[in-house]
Amino acid sequence: MPLFDRKDKSRYATFSRRSLGITGGMAAVFAILSGRLYQLQIKNGDQYKTQAEDNRVNTRLISPPRGRILDRFGVELANNRRNYRVLLVSEQATEGVEAALDAIGKLIQLTDAQKKRVLRDIGANKKFVPVPVAENLSWEEFARINMHLPYLSGVQPDVGETRDYPFGPELAHVIGYVASVSPEDKENSEDPLLDLPGFRIGKRGIEKALDEEVRGKAGVSRVEVNAYGRVIRELGHEPGVPGKDVWLTIDADLQRYTDERMAGESAACCVLDAQTGDVLALSSTPGYDPNLFNVGISQTQWDGYRNDDHKPLMNKSLSGAYPPGSTFKPAMAMAAMQNGLKDLHVVCTGALTVGNHQFHCWRRGGHGGVDLKRGIAQSCDVFFYEVARRLGIDPIAATAHALGLGQETGIEIPGENSGFIPTAEWKLQRFGIPWQVGESLVTGIGQGYVLTTPLQLATMAARIASGRAVSPRLVHTVGGQAQPRPLPDPLPFSEESFAAVRDGMNAVVNGGGTAGRWRITTPGMEMAGKTGTAQVRVITKAERAGGVRSNASLDWKLRDHVLFVAYAPVDQPRYALACIVEHGSAEGHPQCEIARDVLLFAQTRDPVRMHAAYPTNAAMSAPPAPTGDHG
Amino acid sequence: MTTRPYAAARRTLSVADKLFEINWGLVLLIGIIASAGFAMLYSVAGAHMWPWAGPQILRFAIGLAVLLVVACIDIRVWMSLAYPAYGVSLLLLIVVVIAGHVGKGAERWVTLGPLGLQPSELMKVALILAMSRFLHGKSVEEVSKPLNLGIGLAMIGIPAIFVVLQPNLGTTLIILADGAALLFLAGLSWWWIAPALGAVAVAVPAAWQFVLHDYQKRRVMTFLDPESDALGAGWNITQAKIAIGSGGTTGKGFLQGTQSRLNFLPEKQTDFIWTSFCEEFGFVGAVALLVLFAVVIYYGVTIAMAARSQFARLLAMGVTLNFFFYILINASMVMGLIPVVGIPMPLISYGGSAMLSVMFGFGLLMSVHVHRQVEIPRLSGGII
Repeated sequence: MPLFDRKDKSRYATFSRRSLGITGGMAAVFAILSGRLYQLQIKNGDQYKTQAEDNRVNTRLISPPRGRILDRFGVELANNRRNYRVLLVSEQATEGVEAALDAIGKLIQLTDAQKKRVLRDIGANKKFVPVPVAENLSWEEFARINMHLPYLSGVQPDVGETRDYPFGPELAHVIGYVASVSPEDKENSEDPLLDLPGFRIGKRGIEKALDEEVRGKAGVSRVEVNAYGRVIRELGHEPGVPGKDVWLTIDADLQRYTDERMAGESAACCVLDAQTGDVLALSSTPGYDPNLFNVGISQTQWDGYRNDDHKPLMNKSLSGAYPPGSTFKPAMAMAAMQNGLKDLHVVCTGALTVGNHQFHCWRRGGHGGVDLKRGIAQSCDVFFYEVARRLGIDPIAATAHALGLGQETGIEIPGENSGFIPTAEWKLQRFGIPWQVGESLVTGIGQGYVLTTPLQLATMAARIASGRAVSPRLVHTVGGQAQPRPLPDPLPFSEESFAAVRDGMNAVVNGGGTAGRWRITTPGMEMAGKTGTAQVRVITKAERAGGVRSNASLDWKLRDHVLFVAYAPVDQPRYALACIVEHGSAEGHPQCEIARDVLLFAQTRDPVRMHAAYPTNAAMSAPPAPTGDHG
Repeated sequence: MTTRPYAAARRTLSVADKLFEINWGLVLLIGIIASAGFAMLYSVAGAHMWPWAGPQILRFAIGLAVLLVVACIDIRVWMSLAYPAYGVSLLLLIVVVIAGHVGKGAERWVTLGPLGLQPSELMKVALILAMSRFLHGKSVEEVSKPLNLGIGLAMIGIPAIFVVLQPNLGTTLIILADGAALLFLAGLSWWWIAPALGAVAVAVPAAWQFVLHDYQKRRVMTFLDPESDALGAGWNITQAKIAIGSGGTTGKGFLQGTQSRLNFLPEKQTDFIWTSFCEEFGFVGAVALLVLFAVVIYYGVTIAMAARSQFARLLAMGVTLNFFFYILINASMVMGLIPVVGIPMPLISYGGSAMLSVMFGFGLLMSVHVHRQVEIPRLSGGII
């Protein structure tokens, strides 16, 4: 090969030497790359594993079904109904969001405000997040959307759950309602459910009082998401705990009947089981529609409720504090019996003069000779003035307290007014003036400082009827767990005292007393009671001289409240009742008529159901056993 | 000891002889690495052959045919084609750059056949061929002469300028590295190398550290290679590191990777496929793949050393180094060792241009192997 020269040799040597050097360099690079892999995958592998998990796993809350609220027989008072709604996924709306909304608007009613809200929500969320367009659609509307679905790009029909109150206004004051979570609610609770969009919590009544029980616990869905947050698949599912069912002592039929009887009046009526304190009916009319608060109440509707002089938003049976008027007299009679005045005899001349002030009886001509029984039966004011004058305020207050007046009854729902029973000490502290005898006299007929709620009056009736310190209660079972209920303690009054007061109250209705017109004539169902009138205006001396104006001639707002406390049956008391009709004095005593009808209705209901009220959970679902032994 | 007489020693080789002489072990190795790539493309597509694994297999098959055909063509023919190939590649490159500037939004690569070949990919192979041809005739002393060095640097610099204008920083780096390595192997004097290295070593970090602000550095990177910053360079690298790191020692298992399948990885089928591999097969799998790459490079170095002409040696070493630079830049980039530059992992990443250029390179390497006994006179220009 003559064309090769010697220089090639040195070239090849250089090439080989340098190639080996480069190869060494490459080996070093591979070592560095492996070292980096070691550092990333083995040394810091766990840290990156966690980050990769965080990347892909997203935890989503599932709201549990809210527990139902049932009456004592299992009638649903609050349940969950299907909520037909329409969602819009903006990225799937091929013709644009506005076009999609217009298309929906042709099928169901869609206000401009709704459209604006949808556009705002879509702007605030990622493109694949379904945004609610309309909720609580009727079946027809929902069907219409489904029919046209092929022409509605991006529209998703959806069936959710929402709270429903089948009894509407009738039980609104007891059940309350659910509504959107407020910022304060979120501050006071760590439950992550409250952060779910559209979540509702109890705002009033049982819904509020037992909110945590009926709410349940959030379920958790662990989903795999991609880099844009879209869900790829579900990795794990924790169903959460559904809310507990709450069984109330309420008898929905009785409640409905009571409400119907009081329709049109601004009134309240409580019916208790006289022996146990179970609240069978707790009516306050007018009511409001709790469903409005769930779906969102309009300003007009809200103002309508707020400005109604019949106060539909107020639960009068336990938030309304009224002077008890003559319904306070059974408590006065009890105080008299317990404090050595059982043989008191007073001659009523129509007024009692104490100091330089005349205290009038409601009957201008007077009642003549009056003992305790007749005093109650005829509601003689002079008799009770005399009792009050002799006892002074403190024994009266103690007795009233023992009968459940002037203090919270402890019922499970919020908003209770404690009422008020004055004492001498309170007067001195409050006004710096000692208690006056005249004030005792006024208290003696349930006026002056005395304030009671209808629920307290019903409690008083139950305590007098049963002789025990019965307290009202609404909830008997939560999530299958019967609430403990010990037998109430006997009251510290003698049998003789009870007998005398009951005898007086019996005479009110059945012995020619003030409520004789409203006797229950069905044998074995007779009621005992006490009427009452509470003035809402001051009768001046001049008016009294010229003749007190009849209530019918006054404005509604100036008419007296009329009250009635009762229990039945007389010989084996089972039901205790208190009823008030605000400004109801124009047509005599509508409250007595209501009370009579309600007590009659309660007693004529299936006695089997009444006695075996809610024995066990097993019996709740089983039909009542047809045994003959029900006393 | 082979029982068959050494065919390459004969003056002419039949095609059968040449096919027998092909280093089938290396071909098998390349096939194994490419198969790892198919598996990953199948995985990142969510266990589907479409859209990446299927086409990639087809491209590999075409690439394999190219490799064998190139291997069977005499090394001297390739020597004769070196300058024309360089010229044509440079011309295409210029056309693309000008077209890209004239018609805004024009494709930056010219479609050659159904595969869509990027001229810059062609340029890499053509540069190695042309440089080898040029340096073949130069003695150690001649290489260091200013005129020859100037010509050499011009051969590297002119295409590099056009590639950086495309802009394609990764390929520019590889072109510069390939050219520099060939000058070094041809025996360039340390009197040139040392000051050049020193100047670079001082100037680059100094400029990076003191002259440029952070936002300028980012802007420079973004300007040089906009594709790398489509979603924010930092985010890409963070997610890539999470993918690699979360693989741990043995990996999450084939098809079990989450980072790429959930789209946390950018360019998961191309530049970042290595991260998915590390995620699913862990440290063990990743090092095993690196070892396979190292064995391929070892084959390349031995082939170069065994060749009997300077052209063949330079060509073999150039092709091998080109392959190495791909791995170095891609792996360092996805592991967060260097900034993001758009360079695919050879044989693994999805893409027709890179696959063909790499297989063409291996074809040249194999041709060197098959024709390793061919001696070429120093002043020869080939046999065409």
